[in-house]
Amino acid sequence: MTSSSVRLSAVTKSFNGTDVIKGVSLDVKQGELVVFVGPSGCGKSTLLRLIAGLETPTSGEIVIADKDVTYAHPSKRGVAMVFQSYALYPHMTVEDNIAFALKIQGRPKAEIRAKVHEVAEILQLDHLLQRRPKALSGGQRQRVAIGRAIVREPDVFLFDEPLSNLDASLRGQMRVEIARLHRKLGATSVYVTHDQIEAMTLADKIVVLRAGLVEQVGSPMTLYRHPANLFVAGFIGSPRMNILPATFAGSTADSVRIQTAQGSLIIPRKDVSKPASDKIQLGLRPESLSFAAPGAEAHLTGYVTLIERLGGETFAYVALKEFECEPIIIKLDGETPVHNHQEVALTIELKRAHLFDADGLALGHAPDFDPAQV
Amino acid sequence: MFNDKKIGSLYVAPFVIGFLLFTAFPFVASFVLSLTDAQLQDQLGSANFTGLQNYTEMGRDATFQKSLGVTFFYVFITVPLKLAFALFIAVVLNFKLRAIGFFRTAYYLPSILGGSVAIAIVWRFVFAGDGLINQALEIIGITGVNWLGEPNTAMFSIILLRLWQFGSAMVVFLAGLKAIPEDLYEAADLDGASRVRQFWMITLPLLTPVLFFNFIMQIVQAFQEFNGPYIITGGGPLKSSYLLPLMIYEEGFKYFNLGYSSALSWVLFVIIAVFTAIAFWSQKHWVFYAQDREDKNGGAQK
Ligand SMILES: Nc1ncnc2c1ncn2[C@@H]1O[C@H](COP(=O)(O)OP(=O)(O)OP(=O)(O)O)[C@@H](O)[C@H]1O
Ligand SMILES: [Mg+2]
Repeated sequence: MTSSSVRLSAVTKSFNGTDVIKGVSLDVKQGELVVFVGPSGCGKSTLLRLIAGLETPTSGEIVIADKDVTYAHPSKRGVAMVFQSYALYPHMTVEDNIAFALKIQGRPKAEIRAKVHEVAEILQLDHLLQRRPKALSGGQRQRVAIGRAIVREPDVFLFDEPLSNLDASLRGQMRVEIARLHRKLGATSVYVTHDQIEAMTLADKIVVLRAGLVEQVGSPMTLYRHPANLFVAGFIGSPRMNILPATFAGSTADSVRIQTAQGSLIIPRKDVSKPASDKIQLGLRPESLSFAAPGAEAHLTGYVTLIERLGGETFAYVALKEFECEPIIIKLDGETPVHNHQEVALTIELKRAHLFDADGLALGHAPDFDPAQV
Repeated sequence: MFNDKKIGSLYVAPFVIGFLLFTAFPFVASFVLSLTDAQLQDQLGSANFTGLQNYTEMGRDATFQKSLGVTFFYVFITVPLKLAFALFIAVVLNFKLRAIGFFRTAYYLPSILGGSVAIAIVWRFVFAGDGLINQALEIIGITGVNWLGEPNTAMFSIILLRLWQFGSAMVVFLAGLKAIPEDLYEAADLDGASRVRQFWMITLPLLTPVLFFNFIMQIVQAFQEFNGPYIITGGGPLKSSYLLPLMIYEEGFKYFNLGYSSALSWVLFVIIAVFTAIAFWSQKHWVFYAQDREDKNGGAQK
């Protein structure tokens, strides 16, 4: 199976004068699975449809497998798409649905049969071939939709929120199946989702979009550890990163001194230039906060206002003294004793702390981050 | 005092009375009359019971047989042509064109006007020997045809009048087309299916319930066509456009053979019933319903 890359250069798209995609450049390498995430309406589907050829860009260039396909017909791009609605032909059996593209291509009957059965086997659809879509469960329909894409052996797979109509447990199951399939076929894939877990687990590379612009591109862990701005920091990770107001109080080659409502902190941080405004923000992920061990230094103090026990882990909401901000969330081991209104002292894993300037851009980067690698 | 039940009865009374008076009663009465030799001008009491004589009479009635043939010809030409035409226009109007609203209205307009007697009269002038069509032909130097005077073209003119009223079928088709999800076509686009193949492989199968509905409606309507032959051709020439409804009318109200006329009505009724029944029976072979009843092996949820 051949695989090839997708390249977008300064692609824009406007509908009736409204700019929806405002200049997106992007490179998808061979065999890579790239995930688009972003809030509703940010243009994920539009971008995917531009790649598919279901929309034509207002400007810019789209290259697939080294061919300029900016204005090419969808069928001439070597792409197959799995729709959120599945888009199965309701009047055809599963077999006919999967065979549709091959029939259109006029392949010999025997070849079509063989291919369809091969695909059905991969997706465990063999026993369902004679059914109509309405007689299938959601997960089975999803698999048929994927089968219809696979059978064409496309250069690029496009997925638009393929799992969003499934319930949580089925979604988890299908997610694993898609990952397995991607490893097996190794085809270049572009995958749109709302779901953090899908993005984190499936992606070789995540593209975070906001209002028609790319906010950041990187591997899941890069985005998690080194968000380039507040938006990405807030978008990736659940529960969200806690954001606290702070003041810039000077920096050295590998650290920044900040002033908070509860005193000053030294944050290990590289390549920091003095920000235009002293008003900065401290970003702390729930798991980089913990209860201070007895006798150890406490960075923050406050009161527990709410406890969510999930079993294996517990989230404690802590209202910080002196701070004028929402209670922060702390991720604790499920066994940690904690009760409401408890006064707690917190330790920050300082090298995992994030800093953002007044414009929301990351201030420098963590010491273990290598900008050249991205 | 009034209780709820009485008030409820009051609300349905207009329909029930209307139904009994203008549907149920004539229905029964016409059947009874069809078994008599009732004449329009006589007292009903003087009519004699004649059994099935009116029905056996039809076997000897050359006019009836001619009329029956003409009626079938008319229906078999008009219904498919009209359905095809309505579907074609609906598909065109379903494209995202500029000023599409205007075209939709424009194409529906004939159906609002078309059923009226006034339009039938206009039609007569259009097709008359010195009518619009022939005048137009004359301008470009062609000698016109006596449209309403020739058996073939007279039939053609009343078929055309009916075809021209494709609007209601078109609107139903249009609604059916709108109900087909856009992403099915997008998926087909990606698979490289041409517009024409998309029509045959996706649009038409998914439109069969609507096609079925329109088919029944058109069959029923076409068998009852009266205005066209009555006003435009008078059934002529040589009874070439003498549709059954016109014959029923003339037998009853021109020749006063109320009994025979009633019997003819019942024959028409049975013909329509048989066609409708055949259509319903054939459904399972060609009509696709998204929520369909068969498909037992699928374990489909109801
Ligand atoms: N055909 C269209 N005509 C006009 N506006 C459109 C069209 N398609 C999309 N838009 C607009 O473009 C914006 C982006 O839409 P898009 O569907 O790409 O968002 P999305 O990121 O996929 O959102 P979601 O997560 O809700 O699916 C939206 O504001 C939408 O209203
Ligand atoms: Mg979308």
